[in-house]
Amino acid sequence: MRNISSPVSGFVHEMTRKKSLYLMLIPGTIALFLFNYLPLFGIVVAFMDYNIADGIFKSRWVGFDNFQFFLTSEDGWRAIRNTLYLNGMFILVHTVLQILFALLLNEVSSRFFKKFSQSLIFLPYFISWIVVSVFIFNLFNFEYGTVNALLKEYGKEPSAVFSMPEVWPFILILIDSWRRLGFGMIIYLAALAGINEEYYDAAVVDGASRWQRIRHISIPLIMPVVTILTLLDIGRILNADFGMFYGLIGDNSVLFPTTDVFDTFVYRNLRVLGDMGMASAAGLFQSVVGFILVLFSNLAARKFQEDGALF
Amino acid sequence: MLGIAIQKMKLSSMAIYIVISVTAFFTLLPFLFLISGSLTSEKEILNHGFSLIPRKFDLYAYEYILYDYQKILNAYGVTIFVTVVGTVASVMITALMAYPIARPDLKYRNYFAFYVFLTMLFNGGMVPWYIVCRNLQLIDNIWALIFPYIINAWNVMLLRNFFKTIPASLYESAYIDGAGEWRIFFRIVMPLSKPGLATVTLFIALSYWNDWWLGLMLLNKHDLYPLQLLLRTIVSNVQFLATASSQITGGVQRELPTLGVRMSTTMITIGPIIFLYTFLQKYFIKGIIIGAVKG
Repeated sequence: MRNISSPVSGFVHEMTRKKSLYLMLIPGTIALFLFNYLPLFGIVVAFMDYNIADGIFKSRWVGFDNFQFFLTSEDGWRAIRNTLYLNGMFILVHTVLQILFALLLNEVSSRFFKKFSQSLIFLPYFISWIVVSVFIFNLFNFEYGTVNALLKEYGKEPSAVFSMPEVWPFILILIDSWRRLGFGMIIYLAALAGINEEYYDAAVVDGASRWQRIRHISIPLIMPVVTILTLLDIGRILNADFGMFYGLIGDNSVLFPTTDVFDTFVYRNLRVLGDMGMASAAGLFQSVVGFILVLFSNLAARKFQEDGALF
Repeated sequence: MLGIAIQKMKLSSMAIYIVISVTAFFTLLPFLFLISGSLTSEKEILNHGFSLIPRKFDLYAYEYILYDYQKILNAYGVTIFVTVVGTVASVMITALMAYPIARPDLKYRNYFAFYVFLTMLFNGGMVPWYIVCRNLQLIDNIWALIFPYIINAWNVMLLRNFFKTIPASLYESAYIDGAGEWRIFFRIVMPLSKPGLATVTLFIALSYWNDWWLGLMLLNKHDLYPLQLLLRTIVSNVQFLATASSQITGGVQRELPTLGVRMSTTMITIGPIIFLYTFLQKYFIKGIIIGAVKG
């Protein structure tokens, strides 16, 4: 028998025998290398006084100056604070609403009503943030917005929502829940559908009310899914949805005190202010802390349930 | 069981139906305002604000944007090209990546799986990504709207899970019958994975159709703007026009229906999505459930 146990000949043997399968991997491997791995080398920019003309090889090294600058700047801390607060509130509110509506819809017996309302509630997930910004304009525009039209109708003063930073956290939380309600609801409905009917039948026999069945069967049995999705959300808490924030707020700096988040802060420094050092220091900070958070949340998810973790 | 169910169909059930109906209605409300706004005469909106049912039916906002159709047609062309070419290429590359990783007999599959998976955990951030795109000559290039999204770890993992459910005995017998790997992939694996491919295709197509981030980052030329970015430009420019002209002419502006144009342009960009949504949403729902259960 031919000896194929040495690592080199084993490699060659595998490669020739499964050549086609390895060829299939090439395009994806290259694409991931270009857009996901190659940028990792660009992390050095965070330690440089980078300018495009000089490029990576000629720009001056400045050590941790960019990080110092970022972590001592007012705007940098504001971005960190807003990101954590808003994403935290998003997670809390949308999770509660998604569970609530999944439980409600699960009690509905009419299949048609179930499907139909699910389709309607899922719809906002499919439109871009630019379209959502048009909706926001329709609602809150000072002269013609629906909210102000109603206020005027009842003899109240119209309010200039686009220059009131204090109301925007509420608006954003509302929009986030509105857009994600259908998505999460479907996941939780699937989890509810996986619960063994016998539990409910036994509870009915024992004379449990609907509320008791929900509280003592439905909720405890979907908790694993809830915990895991929440943990995964928490792992990504530093990643703000750029499309949402830039699409809805854009360059309206009046609203920045409550709405400027990590991703918009980095974007502005990169594309508007041209401060690449600051932008990449903030970006790297976000990546590193985000990575640690993902690892921890995943560890927690695994601890909580063997196969619940992402990895 | 049924008897009990009918008896219990009383107050609490009614309340559930009402709560869900009201929520569904409010979810839909912004869309209704949009449709109504696009069909209302500009003067009515200026005087009374937006309303749920057009006070005075008028198609001028649509006529206006169709009169100056060149830009919209161009953006439509860009978006359709990007969505079609991008989706086909992306689904192909994703499936080709996912399939070998799903094959239990491939020795180095776990290295490749890790290579894909690592990209979900860590990234270099926006700035290094931007520098790479610059160096790849993607600035002001139509491919800038396609290449950066061509592969995504989530989709690879989703498809891998689908491919894993195909019993290995199927490839083995095809292999014994003399079929090559490519033939097995295209003739056996792809057809058997239609539900999974449909879901991934829809998610990829949606992300190409709705994208404006790539254009915002990498395009300076307006003639390559996709639909969403054109809409964004119209939304912010018209707003600027509206405030400037109302100061000059005291709020009377007949030529440009500044509010109506935003509504009608928005309608044109979401029209196809809503139309397709009604037919395709069940695949999205299926895909989310599979992704959530297995991912």
